[in-house]
Amino acid sequence: MALSSRHLLGLYGVPKEDIQLILDTATTFREVLERPIKKVPTLQGKTIVNLFYENSTRTRISFELAQKRLSADTINFSTSTSSTKKGETFKDTVRNIEAMKVDMIVVRHQSAGVPQFLTRITKANIINAGDGLHEHPTQGLLDMYSIREKFGTLKGLNVCIVGDIAHSRVAMSNIFGLKTMGANVSVCGPTTMIPMGIESLGVKVLHNIDKAIANNDVLNVLRIQLERDAGRRIPSTREYHNYFGITSDRIEKNNKNIVILHPGPINRGVELSSEVADGPYQIILDQVTNGVAIRMAVLYLLGTMVN
Amino acid sequence: MDIKAKIVDEEGLNRTITRLAHEILERNKGSRNIVLIGMRTRGEYIANRIKSKIKEIENYEPDFGILDVTLYRDDFRTRLKQPEVSVTNITFDINEKDVILIDDVLYTGRTVRAALDAIMDLGRPSTIQLCVLVDRGHRELPIKADFVGKNIPTSINEEIRVRLKEIDGEDAIYLVNVPNKN
Repeated sequence: MALSSRHLLGLYGVPKEDIQLILDTATTFREVLERPIKKVPTLQGKTIVNLFYENSTRTRISFELAQKRLSADTINFSTSTSSTKKGETFKDTVRNIEAMKVDMIVVRHQSAGVPQFLTRITKANIINAGDGLHEHPTQGLLDMYSIREKFGTLKGLNVCIVGDIAHSRVAMSNIFGLKTMGANVSVCGPTTMIPMGIESLGVKVLHNIDKAIANNDVLNVLRIQLERDAGRRIPSTREYHNYFGITSDRIEKNNKNIVILHPGPINRGVELSSEVADGPYQIILDQVTNGVAIRMAVLYLLGTMVN
Repeated sequence: MDIKAKIVDEEGLNRTITRLAHEILERNKGSRNIVLIGMRTRGEYIANRIKSKIKEIENYEPDFGILDVTLYRDDFRTRLKQPEVSVTNITFDINEKDVILIDDVLYTGRTVRAALDAIMDLGRPSTIQLCVLVDRGHRELPIKADFVGKNIPTSINEEIRVRLKEIDGEDAIYLVNVPNKN
């Protein structure tokens, strides 16, 4: 078995078999992460560049750890310390990096489509670590892995994504991936945060958080992204919390079997109460651990692919 | 499958595994410090059978684990197909133990090399001993088995197929012809 594409740009259109293969392969790496020596020699001699044009802690550390645990050589690039400051174009930067013989590029960029563009100008395998408002496929995969770990399957599960759907690449990757795997997906949030026409992706739109909790197995709660101008779509974070915040009261009143996911970083007291963020219903830190295993799986499957 | 000869049948296989179990116990002066590790896929089932034999003989069940060496292979660049990985399942401590590493066929020795690296990453056993059902020769590395079920000298255009009831529906060892690899 091998993946049908040599890049991971998004989960839109990725066949079920590929997603299944990545999730199954991640189980292997989950075991490696439990060992005393959490390192295997599989990608020895491969060079991977982490090209991050946007801030990130979790994703970047997670990718870097995944690469180190597969024994690849890694180079980190960030805009603040590079020649981008001197006016070099993106294309020139990438071509120069490629000339140093790299095998894979992990890219995060504020513009949608940059990973796709990279596939045209380099020969390296490209992994999208988040591009604009487009997709964040490894986050989608690790969410699906975490849900599958909890329920044993994704098929037929009711999953609701809560928050600013219109400005979330995590929401997009979740919707595409979960739909492919046979889950029933809905979204919940204030009207200003739900993109028009999203029903055409086959998701239900909800505006009542109590009903969303009552009628779903899983809530994937997104962060209210104040740096992306979320303040212009809601009157205040306090009002958002009153109408859409997940609290212990709401969970206990509606559905005590609910499982809460959050891609991090959390705004405590906005989308989740602190009690829920640390409570028994969430699997937020499992998601982080699984993230390393998922990224190892993707790096392994792309890095050892026979061209 | 172009079968040249059936070398071992069901009864023969059972006798061979019984003998291997006795040899392992004799060499290690009993079963108390040994752990069995089978290599995916068929080594796993052979190891499991040896475990049952040891239980019959000594009335003690040694720890038993499964090793997947895919991540330690040295042929990622030259293979035609991407190998599928599966999970290593060794839930016990191997430090200071006598590890019996079990596989079906010993050929180039490269899988065993990978397995040795994999085991070292799990701990520091006091010994690692290699037990194989068939040694077919053609070693490419300085590796030798401690316990051998059958020595079957082969030519390079032949292959050994071990078939086991657990996955293949029968117990047998065949010598088969393979078309010239070039």
